[in-house]
Amino acid sequence: MLFSESIRIAITALLANKLRSILTMLGIIIGVGAVIAMVSIGMGVRQQVQTSIASLGSNMLIVSPGSSSSGGVRGAAGSNVKLKLDDSDAIKNKIKNIDYVSPTVSSSYQVVNGNQNWNTTVQGVTPEFLLIRSLTVGSGSFITNEDLASRNRVAVVGKTVASNLFSDTNPVGQNVRINNTPYKIIGVLESKGQSSMGQDQDDIVIVPLTTGQERLMGITYVKSINIQVSDPEKMDQVQSEIETLLRQRHRILSNKDDDFTVRNLTSLMETMTQTTTMITLLLGSVAAISLLVGGIGIMNIMMVSVTERTREIGIRKALGATFQNIMMQFLIESVVIGVIGGIIGIIFGCMAAMAISKFGGFTTVITVAPILLSFGFSVGIGLFFGIYPARKAALLDPIDALRYE
Amino acid sequence: MTIHLSGIKKIYQIGDQTVAALDGIDLHIKKGEFSALMGPSGSGKSTLMNILGCLDRPTFGSYQLDGEEVAKLGDDELAVTRNKKIGFVFQNFNLLSRISAWENVALPLVYAGVPKKERLEKAAYFLDAVGLGSRRDHQPNELSGGQRQRVAIARALVNDPRIIMADEPTGNLDTKSSKEIMEIFRKLHDEGKTIILVTHEPEIATYASRQLLVRDGKITRDVGKGVVMDVV
Repeated sequence: MLFSESIRIAITALLANKLRSILTMLGIIIGVGAVIAMVSIGMGVRQQVQTSIASLGSNMLIVSPGSSSSGGVRGAAGSNVKLKLDDSDAIKNKIKNIDYVSPTVSSSYQVVNGNQNWNTTVQGVTPEFLLIRSLTVGSGSFITNEDLASRNRVAVVGKTVASNLFSDTNPVGQNVRINNTPYKIIGVLESKGQSSMGQDQDDIVIVPLTTGQERLMGITYVKSINIQVSDPEKMDQVQSEIETLLRQRHRILSNKDDDFTVRNLTSLMETMTQTTTMITLLLGSVAAISLLVGGIGIMNIMMVSVTERTREIGIRKALGATFQNIMMQFLIESVVIGVIGGIIGIIFGCMAAMAISKFGGFTTVITVAPILLSFGFSVGIGLFFGIYPARKAALLDPIDALRYE
Repeated sequence: MTIHLSGIKKIYQIGDQTVAALDGIDLHIKKGEFSALMGPSGSGKSTLMNILGCLDRPTFGSYQLDGEEVAKLGDDELAVTRNKKIGFVFQNFNLLSRISAWENVALPLVYAGVPKKERLEKAAYFLDAVGLGSRRDHQPNELSGGQRQRVAIARALVNDPRIIMADEPTGNLDTKSSKEIMEIFRKLHDEGKTIILVTHEPEIATYASRQLLVRDGKITRDVGKGVVMDVV
């Protein structure tokens, strides 16, 4: 008997009992749909985390001062004041495989324009900051090395600051007062929007590093040094070179701890990816359980169907159907439930995922892998849970089956 | 010799009792013979029918069908034998209720592996032959008892079997339909089909050229045409 013949018989049988077939399929539809929707949410979370880490700058190493310690009392991380601009220059000059080095200082100040004021973070940076943070200047210009050398009182402001202090007028060329000292605005940054951590990345005022250190904050150290490594493969190597260099420069004895920390965003990325993969797996497996329940539903209905159609099986056997013919007929019936349920489930799941991202505020990412996987799973479930009822049907004795009322 | 039974026994185990439903049957049926198998209920005629129809295997003995020993065949081989060599007509028609008369008739050809087009052509031919060509798209429940039985006969004939097994084919029919059905069997007999008819109605058995009486698992009488046997 031809395979296509078996499929035709199966579909005829399913159509003969439409409501029951649909209800049986519903278990698979919900199962597959749930797997796809849940996994797409998990993948969405993962993508969001990844882009937010990448937006901090890819291939980044961040050197920050360690905690200060005097007489056994240890201060908070970053309270140490030994990280200097010289260290940053030394890293730039002595270590290979580095694209940019960007030392920064930062502090909160009130910024005033006329009768408008705004509290924001003022960062002292070098021109590399623009590149390392992938910022763009919307109008005007950015801080130059000249500004750095002569500690010019110039500032570049973010969109949020600009709109709060200058509303609609172009702030470039105007003056603001930071900590009661006038600064000339030379540029406005292009909007970067909110970071995934919920931070407004446009709420920022940027001044030359030297100006920030000496004129504004009155400090000689830097708060952090961001380093962009040219080759992601070399991250670890560069990190250990920086550590060695800074220990030398800070004259740290080999038995003492570092007075700085070098953080690696790749490892943070890895941890986050691991976490979100776990979340995805968890969501997916919870949904997979409902797929399993759907499979048991198929088995249940197929058992009923076999009992109900005992006589039909008897007739078919009397007319020459073999064990394999009957087995195929019922197996294909349950696989067809799995296949059609799977297809509808995929459509339903993708629609649910899109609806969640549209109305629920989650990012969802629909990928091919979970679709194929859950489809394969639903077909497999149809097959697996169909075997027992199909075997039961195929093993029926034709005489008993014909006599069955 | 089409059918050759020798020393056929069918023994059932009921609890710790053994019951011999068939107790040593020797039977030869020639090609083209129209035999009627008679006997009261419990005589073993249904069991004999099942064995003759390759639906069941004897416990002991030899059954040669067309020179092939079938007593020891496996389930699937029996199924193939039924498909090729035997056409069944049952008392309660045993048509599939959800498909048309046409598809019902074509069903044995599905299992014979015949392509669809040829299947439907053959089925249409045999439906015409039993006078139901115009009703081939009707489902069984849209047909009368006599019509259903004619569909069943068409189905029994479609794969061109050597033997037609008819188990009380008129049992559920009125007198007029019964007559029509028996006329079809007479015609088939004239065309050279081997027919085995199970019945307990003496007037139906008179259509046959040979009458066999089964009693207590044995064939007790074997007579020719024209004798009206009293079953009980």
